[in-house]
Amino acid sequence: MTSIDVKLPAALASECGGARHLALDLDAEATLRDVITAIAQTHPRLARRITDETGNLRRYVNIYIGDDESRRLQGLDTPVTGHDLQILPSIAGG
Amino acid sequence: MAYLVLIGTRKGLFTATSDNRRDWVLKGPHALDPDGYTAVAEIFATACDPATGQILAAADSPHFGPSIWRSDDLAATWHEPDRAPMAFPQDLPYRPLDYSDTAGIDQPESDKTNAVRRVWQLAFTPSGRIWAGVEPTSLWHSDDGGTTFTFNQALWDHPQHTTWASGGAGPAVHTIVTDPEHPDHLTVAMSSGGIYRTTDGGTTWDGVTKGITVDYGPDPEPESGHCIHKVARTADGTWIAQSHGPVWRSTDPAEGWTNVSEGLPSDFGFAVVAHPTEPATAMVWPVSGAMDRFPPDHRIAAWRTTDAGESWQPWGSGLPQAPYFGNVMRDGACTDGAADPGWYFGTRCGDVWAADDSDAAWHLVAAHLPDVLCVRAMETP
Repeated sequence: MTSIDVKLPAALASECGGARHLALDLDAEATLRDVITAIAQTHPRLARRITDETGNLRRYVNIYIGDDESRRLQGLDTPVTGHDLQILPSIAGG
Repeated sequence: MAYLVLIGTRKGLFTATSDNRRDWVLKGPHALDPDGYTAVAEIFATACDPATGQILAAADSPHFGPSIWRSDDLAATWHEPDRAPMAFPQDLPYRPLDYSDTAGIDQPESDKTNAVRRVWQLAFTPSGRIWAGVEPTSLWHSDDGGTTFTFNQALWDHPQHTTWASGGAGPAVHTIVTDPEHPDHLTVAMSSGGIYRTTDGGTTWDGVTKGITVDYGPDPEPESGHCIHKVARTADGTWIAQSHGPVWRSTDPAEGWTNVSEGLPSDFGFAVVAHPTEPATAMVWPVSGAMDRFPPDHRIAAWRTTDAGESWQPWGSGLPQAPYFGNVMRDGACTDGAADPGWYFGTRCGDVWAADDSDAAWHLVAAHLPDVLCVRAMETP
């Protein structure tokens, strides 16, 4: 097992009862997809903000695995063991 | 009697209440979600059920996606399903429905999925069933108050789907007309696509656009693929359709449609609203043309027919006489459903007006809101 800390943006904190961090215990081989699956089990609305109903990461939601944005790695198949995660939506609009 | 108006805008849902359709109290933008991001989300669809007081609103965030919220206390509090209320069947083959999909332009492989992009229309029925028109072009229904929706496979599989495409509004079912006397009868419209009707609760669908001509394709009278902007059924069962020009009438869509644009300042526009009780009576809000999308002569005006489009008259005093550049979008107008109804419309300039027949005058409900996308109203207890 590995423990993963997921840092949440303020815009989504209420979906976790106001918490800005989510601690997940996952298999040592866990990927980002496993992280989102785990979030969906305990916080389904939070998972829906991050991914669409087909499981794809929403276009303007970025998840950093350590210092790297997941799309620049292996996307949802990126291993996460040993890294903290941060969810950073690209909030924009005039 | 009290009245509630729901105003969906480019940035959030507003509500207005009145006891007399003259003096209005505005609230909003409402934060449907606890984080408040829906207060700046696009609201393309809202609906209200005067029988139960239930309200639905579909908010569409470019960041966090679309969802549906329900209020059972006249917009005081809102509830969202935990799980996605709509999800296409996982084994449904991906269907590209707009040109960027088809050409593969700026389209990551991961985006090539049948994901719900936007809810364009929500419609209550007396049975409690809720219908939803969705982008990509699809129809859904809910029998649990909007918590979960069932995909209508039969319309998705209609043989004419190969002629459906993405109009400016996106590939969507944007219009749903229910029939309180015949629960299994339903008429939907899409742009582009056409008008489709079922008489068996959505098991089978027939295209019903015979006679509607187009000037934007090689075939002037195609069997399908029409850009229909809005369809309404008047109290005597006559249908009025606003297409991408002209306005059409039908006593039976299966038999065909007749151009009834004569007398209007322009045959182009978006919204059509039928009087709930007066036969053959409806309103439209003309737009100069497909390439000149402002009100004719830059004067906002509603035009009314009382003879199913045989003649049209500008209706209602009280609208600005100065140049005005805000159009009424396809769902930007409605009645409140009363026997002596209030009429309502909102514009892309963020102004909303209400009127009834007692003085045939438009009264300002709200001004300077964000771009109005949809307006719905009902009598409240």
